Amino acid sequence: MIDENVVRHVAWLARIQLEEDELKKFIPQFTKILEYFSILDEVQEDVEPLYHVNELKNVFRDDEPEDPLPRDEILRNAPKKENGYFRGPRIV
Amino acid sequence: MRVLIGLEVHVQLNKLKTKMFCGTPTSYQHAPPNTHVCPVCLGLPGAMPTINMKAVEAAVKVALALNAKVQENTMFYRKNYFYPDLPRGFQISQYDFPIGKDGYVIIDGDEGEKKVRIKRVHMEEDPGRLVHVGRIDKAKYTLIDYNRSGMPLLEIVTEPDMNSPKEARAFVSKLRTILEYLDVFDGSLEGAMRVDANVSIEGGSRVEIKNISSFRGVEKALAFEITRQKNLLRRGQQAKMETRHFDESQEITVSLRVKEEESDYRYFPEPDLPPMNLKGWTERIKAELPELPDARRERLIAQYGISVEHAKVLTGERVLADYFEKVASKTSPKLAATWIADVLKGELNYRDMRIEGCFSPENMVELLELLEKDLISDKAAVMIIRRMLDEGGRPKEIMEKEGLQKIKEDILPGVVESVIEENEKAVRDYLSGKREAINYLVGQVMKKVRGRADASKVYNLLERRLNEIDNN
Repeated sequence: MIDENVVRHVAWLARIQLEEDELKKFIPQFTKILEYFSILDEVQEDVEPLYHVNELKNVFRDDEPEDPLPRDEILRNAPKKENGYFRGPRIV
Repeated sequence: MRVLIGLEVHVQLNKLKTKMFCGTPTSYQHAPPNTHVCPVCLGLPGAMPTINMKAVEAAVKVALALNAKVQENTMFYRKNYFYPDLPRGFQISQYDFPIGKDGYVIIDGDEGEKKVRIKRVHMEEDPGRLVHVGRIDKAKYTLIDYNRSGMPLLEIVTEPDMNSPKEARAFVSKLRTILEYLDVFDGSLEGAMRVDANVSIEGGSRVEIKNISSFRGVEKALAFEITRQKNLLRRGQQAKMETRHFDESQEITVSLRVKEEESDYRYFPEPDLPPMNLKGWTERIKAELPELPDARRERLIAQYGISVEHAKVLTGERVLADYFEKVASKTSPKLAATWIADVLKGELNYRDMRIEGCFSPENMVELLELLEKDLISDKAAVMIIRRMLDEGGRPKEIMEKEGLQKIKEDILPGVVESVIEENEKAVRDYLSGKREAINYLVGQVMKKVRGRADASKVYNLLERRLNEIDNN
């Protein structure tokens, strides 16, 4: 059951702040998405789960170093930086 | 009140040359921020991860050494959450089908040997490092360094089998020893091992402490947290289930934000990484496993006839045990065990040095030969060890330069005589029944010969002479 609390919780997981009217607006939309998944109920229970859609297995890489990107490149798209660091919001 | 402690230990496989899913070098220690980063570490759109095969082999080694069952079919998952140390918005980790399950480690517990069960061992990538400007809950903003992002990491999860902070510390240090024996881990590097601890007083709720990053810290954080919970109980309150952060500098734990629950992480199989089938790996890697600490301890006892206590200290670090065996092969093993485990280890600890930085085993052999030939006293040998650690040099050279050879025994009676003459009061005390006064006189003789005699011989000489005086 999707209600305001569920929408609020999902918004928090996505770190998005929603206004009261937005919370209400999303209830029917979330419900519709969830209903779509009920199609899976038609699958018989003894079917093995499929974890990957292709047959690949054991694709590995050797432990051989490659050059990292220059720091200017790394920081190029950062909106805020300081002394070679990315700068972000306080997290607690 | 019984205390239950379970640990989640994160260890970096920092002996590997490259990160978990890309070729970026792991040698970021002491490097300026964001200089060991590539599009994969940064989670740029379109950047594709590829599994480092050596990292999987190292994980299998660890799982086997922890007596865990290696899962033949294993795979990576995405763990979704938003946090600035995670540029993709998810961490590549494991969930169902972790690489290792159901193992155990034997530790020295509060009441003798104890088995700590390992619930699971799984592979994942390390997130970046956040630098909080000021205290974590008061900082204005966060600085982020992605050098650590993508480092190969193992998470080792125990059952709540430890019952005191001391046992938790014993587990962590045993784990470190095992990992170093396997040569997959260097615990001396900053951030190489980080511990989260779950602690509860039986019947109460579980509190998780995050961010413990030193061996001493494990004991401190848990001791603080247990006292906090006991104080709450005393006031009739219950500790609430929460996540707390350990502040290493203040040695306290502080409450953190509400954390996601397991279902919030929306784990699903990582579509960019095909699953692994490790058929045949267990047999191949098991055959290559080195001798592990417990086995080596038993062998040292059997092969060299040294004590259990000495064997424990010596096998506590692989390099220390190697050092001992090099010395023991060229001189008396029991003498070597005593001088390395009791004296040298203590002097190293005092200087905050590791055996890697110590003088060579050959120098130790030379020193022990001087002792065996009775050329120097124990006291002089300790002086020579200190001198070699602080200034270098060779034992014989230092002995000659400092005149540390034992004095000729025929000089001793003369020295004893003069000390008796010069210390009338102590002699009188001794003769009037204060027998402990003899220790002062022994000290005076040792001072005169600058420690170059055996204290026990001096004691016997003095005792004999004083009794003669007494009988006259």
